[in-house]
Amino acid sequence: MSKDNRALIKQSLKRRNRAERNFQWFGKLGVALGLAAVVLLFVDIISKGSGAFRATYIQLEIEYDPEAIGILNVNDTEEFIFANWQNLAKKSLRDLFPEVTKRGERRKLNNLVSEGSGFDFRDQLTQNPSLWGTKETLWILADDDIDTYYKSWLDDDPFSARLTSEQIKWIDQLHNDDLIALKFNTKFFERGDSREPEQAGIKGALIGSFFTLILTLLMSFPMGVTAAIYLEEFAPKNKWTDLIEVNINNLAAVPSIIFGLLGLAIFINFFGIPRSIPVLGAIVLALMTLPTIIITSRAAIKSVPPSIREAALGVGASKFQTTLHHVLPLSLPGMLTGAIIGMARALGETAPLLMIGMVAFIVDIPGGFTDPATVLPVQIFLWIDSPERAFVEKTSAAIIILLSFLMVMNFVAVYLRKRLERRW
Amino acid sequence: MRSIMSILSVFSILLSALLSSYAMSRDGIQVVGSSTVYPFSTVVAERYGRSSGSLTPTIESTGSGGGMKLFCSGVGVNHPDITNSSRRMKKSEFERCMENGVEEIIEVQIGYDGIVIANAVEAADLNISRKDLFLALAEMVPTDKEGELIENPYTSWKEVNSDLPDLEIEVLGPPPTSGTRDAFAELGLEGGCKTFDWIAKLKKTDKNAYKQICHTVREDGHYVEAGENDNLIVQKLNANPDALGIFGFSFLDQNADKVKGSKIESISPTFDSIADKSYSISRPLYFYVKKAHIGVVPGIKGFLREFTSERAWGEDGYLADKGMIPLPEEERFLAAKNTRSLTAMTGKEPLQ
Repeated sequence: MSKDNRALIKQSLKRRNRAERNFQWFGKLGVALGLAAVVLLFVDIISKGSGAFRATYIQLEIEYDPEAIGILNVNDTEEFIFANWQNLAKKSLRDLFPEVTKRGERRKLNNLVSEGSGFDFRDQLTQNPSLWGTKETLWILADDDIDTYYKSWLDDDPFSARLTSEQIKWIDQLHNDDLIALKFNTKFFERGDSREPEQAGIKGALIGSFFTLILTLLMSFPMGVTAAIYLEEFAPKNKWTDLIEVNINNLAAVPSIIFGLLGLAIFINFFGIPRSIPVLGAIVLALMTLPTIIITSRAAIKSVPPSIREAALGVGASKFQTTLHHVLPLSLPGMLTGAIIGMARALGETAPLLMIGMVAFIVDIPGGFTDPATVLPVQIFLWIDSPERAFVEKTSAAIIILLSFLMVMNFVAVYLRKRLERRW
Repeated sequence: MRSIMSILSVFSILLSALLSSYAMSRDGIQVVGSSTVYPFSTVVAERYGRSSGSLTPTIESTGSGGGMKLFCSGVGVNHPDITNSSRRMKKSEFERCMENGVEEIIEVQIGYDGIVIANAVEAADLNISRKDLFLALAEMVPTDKEGELIENPYTSWKEVNSDLPDLEIEVLGPPPTSGTRDAFAELGLEGGCKTFDWIAKLKKTDKNAYKQICHTVREDGHYVEAGENDNLIVQKLNANPDALGIFGFSFLDQNADKVKGSKIESISPTFDSIADKSYSISRPLYFYVKKAHIGVVPGIKGFLREFTSERAWGEDGYLADKGMIPLPEEERFLAAKNTRSLTAMTGKEPLQ
């Protein structure tokens, strides 16, 4: 009998071992697939986006000649508005290629440099009037078509559909004379959105995200923590609190676009808050993150052992003192972790902002909480929809920046938990 | 507990005070509307902002219909100043505007946009007529017998027109919410639909039935809704040389190395053929301005001036560089004059 049993066990052992092995294999496969997807995503985005951190510049000798751009009195800044600043670069290009005389060809030649460079000259000369009449050798930002071509040409896969054969010849000549080069793209970090890809930057969206998130945190964290403390420590356990608890859990699972609709219906149409401003975005995102913060905060409060409370109450502290002096500080690390994860989610959100006008073309970098602003993921959304080829790499670069912020936030959350968490 | 409550209430009072003080005034222009006009409107806004040194207008892409709804919802700083549209304002929208007190509206036609039927560069060159398009893409198609409609039986372009190659009908295009789709249905499909005499006659007797026949796109998988993102359609065409895609001319212009436009009735979609209207599937682009806001919201006049200047919308203007097809010279001058003198719509325009 016992022998039979042993045989039986031996037989089933094989099967059970196999089941375990299979299970482990499935687990490993799942992890491998997940990792492969992440690696693929990163490789794809980084390979597409790394180009955006460098831009094509053309070296030109610029003469700051007021007459060439139609300025009679260099001290009269009124005249600056109507001056033809772009002409400074155009003139220098003409000097470089004196053989180009036909009108149509000249236009093509002028198109080598970015249309925005004129504004840079204006800003420079407004700040520093002593430059008038002097000459300076500068690296001028190239047009986006030139930039796309030059980069693809360096990679031996030239994209020339947007250029004429003359333009390609000129670029060749510039390249042979070392007058064209890739340099670090400072504009990308200094400017807001633009419809000229070479002029477009991420700063407006970064500042917008900053303002929105700060307000979101200020609104949702205190409210979430007080709500959690009340529900966990003070509220009676009855049908009503059960109902509230169920509803908070439901709210955490509501798709974010619903919060956008709420923002549109209540805050814009009823309270008359203007569209497109960080305050409005923050209110909507705060409502969205509130349930997450309440749930994680309650979990953090629950993990504080009852003996702490009993000891405090035992030495005569009131319930409020017990909570404020002992429970809150001990549960704060958990609450912070929850808040950071909630903020990371808010940082990556576009859907609710669609409804409240933050998905918009905004050039000026917001200076406060009530200036029209957009946020990082929205910037990505807007760029990916633009026809200009050069926006492809900008989009990927913006994704790299967004992902790195998300990773930093998640890392801080993990670090805080590791560092501050107390085990009982 | 009381102190926390009071802190919270003070906080909320401060917040509402901050907001209400802001809601009283607005310094920047707000523009909403069509996603087709968006790339042009944004360029003008940016140039205007940078050259004048004033605030750059904020531009939202809400679609033509959505923009009209916001625009016509009332006068005041909480409502947008300008709406862009890839079709003319509808009569119902004009009336809605009137009802809500938006009585003086300035209409500006800015140019044209062509809709192209494109395929991958390595695929065959096609010469399609609007009739072929209608027969290939409509839900119900007429038979040889007058007045009879059957469910679209065609699966290959060759069945539609024996001159076309034996390719399966697979067209990637925008969803019904898009203005491009509306314009494509109106100009492309309806243009082909009208070639059947009895359907053309139906227009006078039963307008709804006529529209139903001409504008309804088949849903059996031969027309694939590819979303609002035209870049995505370009990518998909590249991956599948047998498919055709429908999108705006500016995307063809920017991706000339990847896709090419099919000829429509022997005319290729080019800058010139759209401008002189020989290419049949093109549509006018508009924007509408609330006259009551001029002078209240600073900068509207300057923005209009920039938009209607020759350096912007002229033959060699920067909007043409972005793929917009300019108006003919005379129309342009007239439109510029009307816009600068702030001539409002009278309500007598032939609105649909």
